[in-house]
This record gives sequence, structure tokens and C-alpha cells, in this order.
Amino acid sequence: MDFFDNDVQQLKHKVLSEIAKLAFENQLTAENILDMASVIVPEGAERMRCCIYKERAIVGERVKLALGGDAKKPNMVEVLKIACDECPVEGIQITQSCRGCIAHKCANSCPKDAITFVNRRAEIVKSKCIECGRCISHCSYGAIVKQTRPCVNACKVNALSIDKDTKKAVIKDDKCISCGACVYHCPFGAIMDKSYITHAIRMIRESDANQIYKIYAVVAPSLVSQYANVPEITTGKVVTAIKQIGFHSVIEAALGADMVASMEAEELAEKGFLTSSCCPAFVSYIQKNYPTLNEHISHNLSPMAQIAKVIKQMDPTGKVIFIGPCIAKKAERQYESVRDYVDCVLTFEEMQALFSAMNLDVETLRETPLDNASYFGRIFAHSGGLAAAVEHALKEHGITQEQFDYKPISCNGITECKSALLKANKGLLSENFIEGMICEGGCIGGPACLSHSSKDKRLVSEYGHLAIEKTIADAISIFDENAL
Amino acid sequence: MNIYVCIGSSCHQNTSYFVMKEMKHLIGENSLEEKVRLLPAFCLGGCGDGVTIKIDDELITGVGMDNVTDLFKARVLNACL
Repeated sequence: MDFFDNDVQQLKHKVLSEIAKLAFENQLTAENILDMASVIVPEGAERMRCCIYKERAIVGERVKLALGGDAKKPNMVEVLKIACDECPVEGIQITQSCRGCIAHKCANSCPKDAITFVNRRAEIVKSKCIECGRCISHCSYGAIVKQTRPCVNACKVNALSIDKDTKKAVIKDDKCISCGACVYHCPFGAIMDKSYITHAIRMIRESDANQIYKIYAVVAPSLVSQYANVPEITTGKVVTAIKQIGFHSVIEAALGADMVASMEAEELAEKGFLTSSCCPAFVSYIQKNYPTLNEHISHNLSPMAQIAKVIKQMDPTGKVIFIGPCIAKKAERQYESVRDYVDCVLTFEEMQALFSAMNLDVETLRETPLDNASYFGRIFAHSGGLAAAVEHALKEHGITQEQFDYKPISCNGITECKSALLKANKGLLSENFIEGMICEGGCIGGPACLSHSSKDKRLVSEYGHLAIEKTIADAISIFDENAL
Repeated sequence: MNIYVCIGSSCHQNTSYFVMKEMKHLIGENSLEEKVRLLPAFCLGGCGDGVTIKIDDELITGVGMDNVTDLFKARVLNACL
């Protein structure tokens, strides 16, 4: 079954599901771990790299991260050095398509006189070129290209550089916000997130089928778009599968989002200006790049942490495992304010690895309902959803436009976040609420989504409309002070 | 006395929020706030027919708006008198 967008995800899935299989059987012995590379890359398998030994060595590195990686390194994202293919970084290049024309638009547009002609064909003088790209847009034949590494291209926080000597990609931890863009965009799968899948399985095993303590799965609202490529797999069947892995119940993080929207509206009206705190990569981006805006970050927990807090209040011995599209959530879990509520963070990729490890044919399962949140909590999964929910929450709280004139800006992706934060930092932003989503499209574009399809947003919206509760207040009324 | 009302997905779809609100109303109407604690719970394990509630340690399934008042009288009010 083809769940994934690309074969790199498939490769990672093989490792994760193999590890999970052993972990479920309590067979993660040193011998089995060492054998894993030859199980995953058997003799005679089709080659993706130069030789079987390199492939096995790369699998070995993947296994390390799948087992949790180096606990001393706080970053959730690491480069698998041996897997990095040292993509060329030649900068701007003239290709074979250069016709040796006589207009010379390329040379004429170059501000540094970096283009000369040899045998009528253009050539770039590397020492002069500043890689501004003007020649690229001026060439009538599209004969000039700029070669950048996909990882460097994907990283908009300049956390990725190339080691001068080894030519391998290097992540600067002080700049990295764990957004995972490089993980998804490296065509060689040479950058990977640490996995806590074995931690989750140990929790499940040691619960003795939820007898010793109960395990709660908190699922991100983007769950509904994960199997966009396989329509037979409905959300209800996925919920059944999660329970069959050994979870006691499955709860929507969107209910936490309803609570956050309600509290965010009150905090915003009181303070007059806020940036959202739902996206941990966005929060980290502000902290690392715009520290003067720190005080304006909403004090609310994220929807994940908020619903986990409520679950822990209701069942103090219960364990909460979040399942979502996000790598940065693994970093958020380490925060002091979150770690008491959320016991483990898994991605949708890891969820599918659990299904595969248990040989679950999700398609054939019956449906189990998933129904805790309102429309507004559910649309947090796509860009614009949070701002719309806060707008509704303001109305529900009876806060009028005279009392607080709500002017939100929804930043879809890191480039828009950057632009709004730059303005806010200089006091030039006309809006008073920044919804920041680092991933393009919002959480539905997360790096650990199985599907990155154009249908995703519609699927989230349709699921939102199925909610029983039409207002945020109705969805969270169950938790009012008297009830808890 | 602790009353847990399941607000898990299945019970939620079977009107558990209404059952909870009605319970709260009945507790208030009979001034039992001091004696009875009403608490939500995520899945009490009785998914399927109606709403599942737990009165102290006893699980009761099939609760709905049609029988919640009678149930309250029989199991809560009588026990508290």
C-alpha cells in the first residue's frame, strides 16, 4: 500500500516498523539491532547507493535515531553524515542550453561583470559572481540555473550549512527550530528526526493492556487528511487501529484547541497584542530571532499540552502520547511546562510504523467514532484556522469591537511569519494578533505527514463541519469549573 | 459520592454532554453540591449503547435523556437522603 509521498519516507518506514516489531515482542537485543541492517537491506536487493555496505551503514545510522538517538544532543533533527550525498554547491551555472546568442542579456543584466564569453558561449567568473540571480531571469533560453542544496533551500532559518572540508550538511543547533523542513526535503533521506517509538511501545507493554495504567492517544486534527491517497482508510478505521495497538482511548487535540482559542481570546483582549503559541517551531523562531517579542508570545499551552493537562487531571496515573504531523512537538515535549502532561510524542509516520509492525490492515477494520471537539478546534490544522477560532471566541465571550478591535494576520509558512515578526519588532505591524504556522499550509503541511496533498485542507474543513458542537463554548462546557 | 460521566467519543455522540448538563441541573435543584461530585471521564469502557456513567465504583450503561431523571432519583437522590 502506498501511503507516502516519496520513497525516502518509505525507507524510514521500513526501519521504524522493523524496530517497532522487535520492541512489541520485547526482542530489542543487541544482536537483533546489529542484524537489522542486513534484514532491511538483504543480499540482491535493488541498489540505491554505490554498494550494499554503504546502504547497510546508512540503515545502521537510521536505526540509532529510531531508537531515540543521542540523549545528550537536545536537537530533534540530525544529519546522517554517511547518507548525505554531498550534493554539488556550484552556485550559478551556465548549462548546455546556452545558444551563444548575440543579445547577451545575461551579461548586460549582471551588476558585477561576472559573465564573459568563450567561443561565443557565456561563462561565469566565479570570483566576481554574487549569486544575485539576475542573469537567470534575463536569459531567454532558461539556460542559467542556480544549484543549491535542497536542505539549504528548505531551511529558512539559516541553520543549515555545508562543512567546507567534508562537504556534508551541518545543522547549527542554536539556529535550528526543529521544524523538520530539511527532513522532508532532503532527496537522499540524509536528515532524520529522533524517534521515541520504542518509548511509546514500552509504555504500552508495561501498561499490561491498560490494566496498570491507561494510555491515552491525543491525535492532531490533521489526522483526517493523512490517508488522502487511500480513501478506503477512513478516520474511524484509523482510530480503531490506534486502539488495537494498545491505547485505552483516542482523544482529539482539537478539544485542547477549543480551550486554547477561548483562553487566547481573553488574553488577547486584555493585553492588546499577542503572537500565537500553538506552533512550537514558531515559538522557537521568535525566541531565537526576535527575543524582544518574547513577552508577546501567548502564555497559553499548545492544544496538545492543554488537553494532556486535562487528561492528567482526570486520570493522574494515565499516560498521554501525542500523535501528530510535527517534529517540533518532540522538542516542545521537553519544555518544563509540558513534560509533566505529555509523556511521549509520535508522528503520523511513526503511527503508520506501529500499524505495520502489528500487521494491521487498517482498511478492513470497523469504524470507531472520534468526536470531542468543535468545528473551530478542528480547523486549527490549517493555516487561518486559529485566527478564525479566536475571532469566534471573542464573540462568544461578548467582547465587542469597541472593547477590542481584532485585527489578525495569519502567517502561512515561515516566510510570512518572518515578514510579520520583522514588522512587529519595529512596531510597524498594523495587526494585533499574529497566527504563526511555520509549515506551509499549517499543520497539514507538517514534515511527518503521510500525505501532502491538495485535498488536505478540504478534508480538514469537512471533518470540522461534522462536529456536534457548533461553538467553542459548547465544546468546552463540560470542563467548566463546577464540573471539574 | 462521585459520579463520572463518560465524555469519550462514542458517549459524546450518544448525548453525554446533555446527560452531564442534566445531571448538573438535578444536583443543583436538589442542593446536593456538597454531597455529590460530578466528573467527566474519557472512556469508561462501555462504548455502544447510550451513555456510560460510573457512580462510585459501579458502571451503568445505556443512560440517555429519557432515563437520566429516573436514574438520578433511584441511584443518587435515594442514596443521599
